[in-house]
Amino acid sequence: MAETTAKRSIIPYGPQHPVLPEPIHLDLVLEDEKIVDVLPNVGFIHRGLEKLVQKKDFNEMMYVIERVCGICSFVHGMGYCATIEKVFDVEIPDRAKFLRTMWSEMSRIHSHMLWLGLLADAFGFESLFYQVWRSREQILNMVELHTGSRLISSVNKVGGVLKDVDDDKLKILSKTVDQIEEDMLRVQKVFFEDYSVQSRLKGIGILTPENAHALGAVGPFARASGIPLDLRMRGDNAMPYIDFEPITSNDCDCFARCYVRFMEVLQSIDIIRQCIAKMPADHTLVTPVKGNPQGEAFMRLEQPRGEVVYYAKANGTKYLERFRVRTPTFANLIPLCETLKGESFADLGLLVLSIDPCISCTER
Amino acid sequence: MGKVAKSPWIMHYDASSCNGCDIEVLACLTPVYDAERFGVINCGDPFQADILLITGGVNKQNAPIVKQLYDQMAEPKVVCAIGVCACTGGIFKECYNILGGVDTVIPVDVYIPGCAARPQAILDGVVKAVGIFQQKADEMDKNKKMKPAPQAAPVEEKAEEAAEPVVQAAEPVAEAAEAVEEKAVEAGKEVVAND
Repeated sequence: MAETTAKRSIIPYGPQHPVLPEPIHLDLVLEDEKIVDVLPNVGFIHRGLEKLVQKKDFNEMMYVIERVCGICSFVHGMGYCATIEKVFDVEIPDRAKFLRTMWSEMSRIHSHMLWLGLLADAFGFESLFYQVWRSREQILNMVELHTGSRLISSVNKVGGVLKDVDDDKLKILSKTVDQIEEDMLRVQKVFFEDYSVQSRLKGIGILTPENAHALGAVGPFARASGIPLDLRMRGDNAMPYIDFEPITSNDCDCFARCYVRFMEVLQSIDIIRQCIAKMPADHTLVTPVKGNPQGEAFMRLEQPRGEVVYYAKANGTKYLERFRVRTPTFANLIPLCETLKGESFADLGLLVLSIDPCISCTER
Repeated sequence: MGKVAKSPWIMHYDASSCNGCDIEVLACLTPVYDAERFGVINCGDPFQADILLITGGVNKQNAPIVKQLYDQMAEPKVVCAIGVCACTGGIFKECYNILGGVDTVIPVDVYIPGCAARPQAILDGVVKAVGIFQQKADEMDKNKKMKPAPQAAPVEEKAEEAAEPVVQAAEPVAEAAEAVEEKAVEAGKEVVAND
C-alpha cells in the first residue's frame, strides 16, 4: 500500500487580495491547509526611480528619493542627504542633527502605530485598530505642525535641514507625546494580556535566531528573534548624546514582533523627549556645500522597518552616476518565505503583515 | 452629493504608489475622518465594489491587473484617481517603467491631486464619486425602462399568456379567486422553469 500523501495545490495570492496589505504576488504550495513552499513574485510597483539620477541633479533628487516610500519618507530623504554629505565630507550643524533624529523618531512612531493598527485589524480586533489609529493622528498633526506636511515632509537638504522649530512647537510636541504615551499604555494591556490576541499571535510564524542571522533578517523582525541589530547604535546624527538600548525579544513569534514594535513606540517617545531637552540653542541649520559631488559613499541607517542601505557614486557633474537603495523589506522577504513554510493557510495574512511589508520600498 | 439609494462599496488598489496616498486612504476610514458616514464601506472584492480608489501611476506589470480589476467590477462603477501620480504620473512620469496616470488604462471619473493627497481631499473626492455613482445608476435605470432587456421580456409575456386563460375560466366563481391566484403563480413558475 502506497503511503497516503496529502493533495498538493498551488494557490496564487495577490497582488490584489482582501487581506493583503501590499501588492505582492505569492505562489503558495499547499498540502491541505499547510503551506509547504512559497514563491514570491515582485515588480508590481516598480517605477525605476534610481534611473532618475541621470535626469535630475543631486539637489532635486532628494525629492524623488523621499518618494521611495510614503510611510518612512523622512528617513529616505535623510539617508539620501547623509550619503551625499558623506561624498562631500561635510558635517551638518548640531541643531540639524537633533532635528533629524527627532523627526525620524516621529516617523518611526507613526509607522509602528500604523502597523499595530493593521495587526489588530488582521486578527479581527476592529476597535483596537481604530483606537491605535486615532492616537496616530496626533503624531501626524505634529509632523504637519513642524514640517508643513503630514507624510512627505521635504525638510531635508544636502548639508542640513530646511525648517527650524521654535520653543512653542517643541512644547506642543512634548505635550502630544505625553498624550500618545498615555493612550498607548492604555492599549498595552490589550495587546499583551488579552486572551484572544495571545491565542492569535503566540507561537505563530517562528523564525529561529539561526535562520534570522543566516537569511539576513533586519529590523524589528530580527530583533524579535533575539538579534540586537539596531543601526541607531552606530550613533548617526544626535544618537551619541542619547541614552538608547535596542529592544529585543527571544520569543521569535508574531507576538514578539508585536512586543518589539510596541515597545519601540514608547522608546521613540523617550528619544523625542531627550532630543527636546538637549536641543542645541544655536539656530544654524545648514552647512553650505559648494560645487558638485565627486567620489562615492555608502550609508546604513535604521528605518522603521529595519536596516536601509544607500550607495551613491558621483562623477563631478551635478548628476550622480549611480544611486542605489536596499530597503529592509527586500532583506526580510527571504526570511518571510522561510517563516511561512509549515504554517497554516489561515494565518497567512497575519504572517505577511508581521514583517511590516513595504513593497513600494522594495521595488522602488 | 445627491440622494443615494444604496451604500456604494469602495475598493482600494495600489497601482505603483509610494504608500503615502494609501495610508491616507486608510486614515480616511478611521474614526478621525470617518468616510463611512457617507454610506461607503471598504471591501477587498472587485465583484462587490462600486467605487475603485486607485493610487499611483500605472506600470507595465500592473496595467493588466488594473484593467482586470476594472472589468471585474459590475456596472455602474466609478474610478477615483488619488494622488498626483495616479492623475498624471507625477514625479515618476519620467521613469522608464511608468506608462502614465491611471487614465492611460481605464477611464477615470474623479481626479484627486496632492502628494500625498490629504484625507480631506480624499473625502471630498469620495463624496463626489458617490454623487457620480448615483447619477450613473439613475441613467442605467432610465435606459432599462426605455428598452426592456431582450432576454427578460419573453419570459414575462409567456407567463402572462399562460396565466390569462386560467383567470378567465375562473371568473364566474368569485370565491375561488385565491385558489386561482395560486394556480396562476404555479403556471408562471412552470413557464419560467421550462425556459
